[in-house]
Amino acid sequence: MTQRQPLLEVNGLSVTFPSEAGAVEAVRGVSYHVMPGEVLGIAGESGCGKSVSSLAVMGLLSRRARITGSVRFEGEELLGVGDKDLSKIRGGRIAMIFQDPLSALTPVITVGDQIAEAVRIHQNVSKQAAMDRVVDLLNLAGIPNPRQRARAFPHEFSGGMRQRAMIAMAIANNPKLIIADEPTTALDVTIQAQILDLLQKAKEATGAAIVMITHDLGVLAGFADRLTIMYAGKLVEIGGVDDVFYRPRMPYTMGLLGSIPRIDAAPGTPLTPIEGSPPSLTNLPPGCPFTPRCPMRVDICREKEPDLLRMDSSGNGHFAACHRSAEIEQKNLKGVDIFPASEAVPSRIEDLPREGRTPVLRITDLKKHYPMIIGAILQRRVGTIYAVDGIDLDIREGETLGLVGESGCGKTTTIMEILSLARPASGSIAVLGRSTAGMTARDRFQIRREISVVFQDPMASIDPRMPVSDILAEPMVTHGVPAEERAKRIGQLLKMVGLRPEYTSRYPQEFSGGQRQRICIARALALKPKLLVLDEPVSALDVSIRAGVLNLLEELKAELGLSYLFVAHDLSVVRHISDRVAVMYLGRIVETGGVNRVFNHPAHPYTQALLSAAPLPDPRKERARRRIILKGDLPSPANPPSGCRFRTRCQKFADELNDQQRQICIDTDPVLSDHGNPGSVHRAACHYAEGEN
Amino acid sequence: MSSIPSPIVEEPVETTGHDSRIRLVLRRFLRRRLAIAGLVIVLLLFAFAYVGPHFYKWRYDQIDFEAFLQHPSATHWFGTTQNGFDMLALTMRGMQKSLIIGLIGAVLSTGIAAIAGATAGYFSGWTDRAIVALIDLILVLPGFLIIAILSPVFHGRTWLIFVVLLAAFQWMITARVIRSMTLSMKEREFVYAARFMGVPHWKIIFRHILPNMSSFLIIDATINVSSLILAEVGLSFFGFGVQPPDISLGTLIGDHWESAQTANGYQFYFPAILLVMLVLSVNLVGDGLRDALDPNAGSATGKGAASR
Repeated sequence: MTQRQPLLEVNGLSVTFPSEAGAVEAVRGVSYHVMPGEVLGIAGESGCGKSVSSLAVMGLLSRRARITGSVRFEGEELLGVGDKDLSKIRGGRIAMIFQDPLSALTPVITVGDQIAEAVRIHQNVSKQAAMDRVVDLLNLAGIPNPRQRARAFPHEFSGGMRQRAMIAMAIANNPKLIIADEPTTALDVTIQAQILDLLQKAKEATGAAIVMITHDLGVLAGFADRLTIMYAGKLVEIGGVDDVFYRPRMPYTMGLLGSIPRIDAAPGTPLTPIEGSPPSLTNLPPGCPFTPRCPMRVDICREKEPDLLRMDSSGNGHFAACHRSAEIEQKNLKGVDIFPASEAVPSRIEDLPREGRTPVLRITDLKKHYPMIIGAILQRRVGTIYAVDGIDLDIREGETLGLVGESGCGKTTTIMEILSLARPASGSIAVLGRSTAGMTARDRFQIRREISVVFQDPMASIDPRMPVSDILAEPMVTHGVPAEERAKRIGQLLKMVGLRPEYTSRYPQEFSGGQRQRICIARALALKPKLLVLDEPVSALDVSIRAGVLNLLEELKAELGLSYLFVAHDLSVVRHISDRVAVMYLGRIVETGGVNRVFNHPAHPYTQALLSAAPLPDPRKERARRRIILKGDLPSPANPPSGCRFRTRCQKFADELNDQQRQICIDTDPVLSDHGNPGSVHRAACHYAEGEN
Repeated sequence: MSSIPSPIVEEPVETTGHDSRIRLVLRRFLRRRLAIAGLVIVLLLFAFAYVGPHFYKWRYDQIDFEAFLQHPSATHWFGTTQNGFDMLALTMRGMQKSLIIGLIGAVLSTGIAAIAGATAGYFSGWTDRAIVALIDLILVLPGFLIIAILSPVFHGRTWLIFVVLLAAFQWMITARVIRSMTLSMKEREFVYAARFMGVPHWKIIFRHILPNMSSFLIIDATINVSSLILAEVGLSFFGFGVQPPDISLGTLIGDHWESAQTANGYQFYFPAILLVMLVLSVNLVGDGLRDALDPNAGSATGKGAASR
């Protein structure tokens, strides 16, 4: 490393908030530096203090927070500087990009004016010059028709466009440092790839250093130069991105890396969950805060908190805070060595050939169109939203079907249609061979026993006012299970999902997110259903907890012979858990087949783009990958493009096809047809599906 | 089915449960001095109305032929009326009726509001439109006049009809609020979960939706108590409300308001001051409850629910 001055130097930064339960030590002595033009990643689970530490750097914390330590930017101390002076630096030399671009933009001012405001505060330019700069910036940020779009209001922008506008605003004054706080977390994987690409471009255009805060190590793998891992308000590991990924020396980092499902992993590769959840930051006990969750804990861990120690065998500047890091380094231990990986439980059903198993759910040509109505009294239909437009799905006993797609593609509508068991407007839904069309209310009630659901947000999907026993009893009461059987079953269910049977009288708010999701799964299993609909069951959970829930789902499936309809936008999770996969785009299935087949040889350009957009927690592979970046956003389902619905964003349509071939895409709607050798059940809806046969 | 020997997830479960929520609410309530003062006054007034008569030698229907229109004295603490009735005994009796009307009416009106609002919001469609239309209709009707016109109907019958009528003109705005709360709550995933389990609709409303608004319902009912007492007093004052032989604070004030300007003003001032104390302290309790149960609603100024 050259002897340059670091751009940002944070030394012993601590942040404490007073609260009713006692002081919350959100950040406890964090030190790091950022060199000019460097990308530093800060990773950690929610509540570990990563956002608070960066807000403290910017001086954006509330006045109640007690901040100590030192923050030097270009040699200038920022802590203790008045708000007015800080404002000259903020937005000028330091810019910030927030997670939620909707709340970061003022809704009543046009996007252009907001960016122009940022320009004019820090630069003495005329209104016209500022506006010209805005158009340049929006153009750089990849917003089509920038001059026109500058006059639009934030609500007229999609999530991805808003984040682009935020980035345009951040680079408006050629900052030296950009702090990006979870800039892609709220976005779809294809949009995430666009934004990461744009950040890279912004970095090249301005030469700014970037501090990137995220919980997703995969995002950092290809983007960051150096990486810090935070846990319980402290840095537990710092190092070059390769060092941290390939030679992690702190058990927490090792666990995190082992708990991420990988899109390039063979199915059945076990995940190593970190049990438990991060500690509360009030009244932390002495010793290493990771001790209760650490598989390598020894007595000293409980007594003394370890300091960051230099790791000699790695590259320069690799530090880890663990009493046993020397041992880990010497033996070169890996995550799988120290974390107990669960053994894959063989399922009885999987031996049967697929054709021999009973179909649990069969959907044919399901359509759900919503009328667009205006007027309150004199209602007028002005259009139709083609939310789901003719899809076929089929799930056999003991099988997991992963349904993937961007938000707005109709996944949720599909499962709501299935779960409501109503007669669909068009097409048919059959559960266990019985079509919902001819069902009486009684039949419908009976069939509800066989199909249950786990929702995304475990905080919202259980009634906060009921104790666990009532929550688990509810389905059984509804379906008339006698009281003594119920009591027995509740204990059984809790044990099954890895919770203590004594927890029955507790209320949901006493449990962590992962435990709550386990309660939801227990409730879903109460009536011994055949099919579980899992609507993004792990996307609201922290990475380390995710693995535990995924492992549980796999165990349960094998043990109880369940079938899953697993809806997710995270392809690596789908790859990990599914047997078959269906990719959805704008109300249609564009590709379906066995999970290995589809992930290894994607035939549809959309699937290819999705797979290439999914980040890999592997820096070398990530750097070597060529990313397909889709243009623009999902078109509106009210007005789908003619012919092939994907053609407006299709990289193949744009780059590879000639005009004659394109005309076919514009004119003809491709049907889902067998792809590759017959019998592989790999089907794709593309005129130019590719792949070897 | 065999249970899986899944490893028990060892996690320290926080011992902050339901009890602690109640304790937290209590702690927040106790922090508000005015609310406590209000609560103490309400309890004292209750004791005054219901326990007081047992310790007082005069009954409300007893005439002291030796004391007509007497000023407050050691024998008649609040003085007597023209007919020789003891004013304190009358006030205690009247307060009983006013309190009971306020309580029953408030529970009734919040109850109607809860059921109507939740039904409208939950089922939407035609049910919703019908209930909203009914709400709008009753809102434009002059409730005071209608009860006044109907007063001959319950003349000579039980005062409970009067309470029902009072409640019938009180629930609409609460019902609208509950309707909009239900609209957002029925989109919550735990309601979906119950629906997809096959739980009947009415059970979802009573088990999942209404209990999750209990803070609002409690606050609303409390504040309704004072508005109903005021409505009762207003109607009784004009003779349209509580009918003799029943006595309420309203009838007392109505019977004696003319004396307010005279030397016999005590006949008016005792019930009137007690009425103001009662309404004020109930409102203080309501505001305190709101701050304790629903701290995000901002410090209450009594506007909104109380001033309608």
